[in-house]
Amino acid sequence: MNDCITLAHGEGGRLYRELVEQVFLPAFDNVALNELGDSAVCPAFGDRLALTTDSFVVRPRFFPGGDIGRLAVSGTVNDLAVSGAQPLYLTCAMILEAGLPIDELRRICDSMAASARDAGVAVVTGDTKVVEKGACDGIFINTAGVGLFRREPLPQKIRPGDVILVSGSVGDHGLAVLAAREKLDFRPQLESDAAPLNGLIDALLQAVPETRALRDATRGGLTAVANEWAETSGVTVAIEETAVPVRPQVRSACQLLGLDPLHAANEGKVVAAVPERFADAALAALRKHPLGKDAAIIGRAESGPPRAVLITSIGARRILALPEGEQLPRIC
Amino acid sequence: MADIYEDKKLIGKLTARIASALRHPLTIMEVCGTHTMSIAASGLRSLLPPELRLISGPGCPVCVTDSSLISAALALARLPRVTLTTFGDMLRVPAGEQSLQYLREQGADVRLVLSPLDALELAQQEQERQVVFFAVGFETTAPLTASTLELARELDLPNFSVLSAHKTMPAALRSLLGGGARVDGLLCPGHVAAVTGADNFDFVSRELGLPAAVAGFTPVEILLAVAAIVEMSAAGEAKLVNCYKRAVKPEGNPAAREIMERVFLPCDARWRGLGDLPGSGLAIRPEFAAFDAGKRFAAEIAAAPVYRDDPDCRCGQVLRGDISPRQCPLFGAACTPQHPCGACMVSSEGSCAAAYRYGEGSL
Repeated sequence: MNDCITLAHGEGGRLYRELVEQVFLPAFDNVALNELGDSAVCPAFGDRLALTTDSFVVRPRFFPGGDIGRLAVSGTVNDLAVSGAQPLYLTCAMILEAGLPIDELRRICDSMAASARDAGVAVVTGDTKVVEKGACDGIFINTAGVGLFRREPLPQKIRPGDVILVSGSVGDHGLAVLAAREKLDFRPQLESDAAPLNGLIDALLQAVPETRALRDATRGGLTAVANEWAETSGVTVAIEETAVPVRPQVRSACQLLGLDPLHAANEGKVVAAVPERFADAALAALRKHPLGKDAAIIGRAESGPPRAVLITSIGARRILALPEGEQLPRIC
Repeated sequence: MADIYEDKKLIGKLTARIASALRHPLTIMEVCGTHTMSIAASGLRSLLPPELRLISGPGCPVCVTDSSLISAALALARLPRVTLTTFGDMLRVPAGEQSLQYLREQGADVRLVLSPLDALELAQQEQERQVVFFAVGFETTAPLTASTLELARELDLPNFSVLSAHKTMPAALRSLLGGGARVDGLLCPGHVAAVTGADNFDFVSRELGLPAAVAGFTPVEILLAVAAIVEMSAAGEAKLVNCYKRAVKPEGNPAAREIMERVFLPCDARWRGLGDLPGSGLAIRPEFAAFDAGKRFAAEIAAAPVYRDDPDCRCGQVLRGDISPRQCPLFGAACTPQHPCGACMVSSEGSCAAAYRYGEGSL
């Protein structure tokens, strides 16, 4: 089965990382790529230019709290913002399936435009391809974005003692889309958090320019960020389970489905690592912004083997392992 | 979270009580996937003395489903007119090189449901499709399948049927523990006991001479039951105590049992790793034969290939508590949650998956 691409390769877990390490890196090998940042820092522009791209294939196309258009803008904007760059321009390429109602396309474009206004970016060029029915699922969108570094690119390395914060509740997007896709009728309804984060991140970086690292906790959720930082920085990342904000309806849905909110995707949450003495300033800066009012300090980096651990609600410590492929609801 | 069921002080008192009562090394088995998960996710083992082993028995209904039944479900999913519905983690259980998930990616109509009633609703909405619900689970989920079958008969739905992999827990326990499994005490499954009644597990102490406790699912409730077993063992007693009284009555839930009896008949069933256990399965009664996918699609199932498990897979011994997941030669090498060889690695409730994800508390 593993000689072919499976859906699990696209879930941001271990299989995805194998694909990057065994296929993409050997093929494209270069300095800017090998950093594997959310955005590439392009050396020909005096380290001032950040470039990123992302494709969006979400099903269903419309879900509570967002749609594929809002994701296509905020995903790319956020990839630029977490690298410390100010997002400026986006491209938009669409692959459309014959039969897609034009009215639906218009709604998606309106949503993209509204999100771009929120983020203060412009969609400046694009491309459209139409494929026959069955060759794609309604609409696939790719956006690329360029941004400028107004300050030094973030080190994206964390050190023992650093404090880790998240800008709000986790798991909202992953559970909202799963519920919409599988037609699970939760009350109150679960809503995606899809939003451009550049304003929030700008506020944080102005208050705490010493910020060491930022990530948007998309696929693989908070767990993926914790594991990645542990590995790239050679530290133990310890997350305090009870400190992580999770909405009650997301927590109940996760309990019912046997999922872990820490593994679930977010599209409007940033995870930050700052030196301990700036923790309070960082928390205050995040909370002052409307998108960060539920921000919390959730853990810290420790010297130790490079791994993510969870300090559980009963005070025990266990490994916080990367999710394995597609998250499926379990039975009881 | 100010939750008494996760209260750190209470947990400290209970672990101290367990440590002081423990006289000699002790192995306690739980037989419920939700226990497996709660123990692993909370890191409970790391708070207990190393001489106290908590092991997982055949409590994950997905894990104990034999590959012959998975092969039957695969055969149905391959039929162009069939929509196969089931619970989430059933999708990834391998049979040979195949799984329902694999077929779904290849375009088969396999859908996740949270309840058999969702499958029934689907059958009403899509009348041109044959909707099959692949039913797994113990006494906890069987009553819901039973009431769905009654509803299907009432509605006279021609395009809905159930492939039953339902099993019952006591028969399996009797065979497992009576057959010399190395276990000193049993954590009885709270959800199953809520239906069957706590008294249904009486035989563990009376006939098999093991201390047993019906346990809830929070860390505090699990520790309460473990403490009861450790203290009984130290005193040389073998009784059944109910440590989950907020949900489990001695007589259980008679209404749920009645509906199961109206729809199902006990039958012999094959358990992955445990083999054929007499009277441990639930077959659909002849009165409901029209809704029995095993009968409706008998020819298609008989004609389909039956996949065999990897011969090196030790799921059976893991399920019996003979070995820990790490002692299986495939564990972590050939068998991982991405590429599971056996069912214990598939379900997040499976003991191998829990051991792989959470490192068995070994930090």
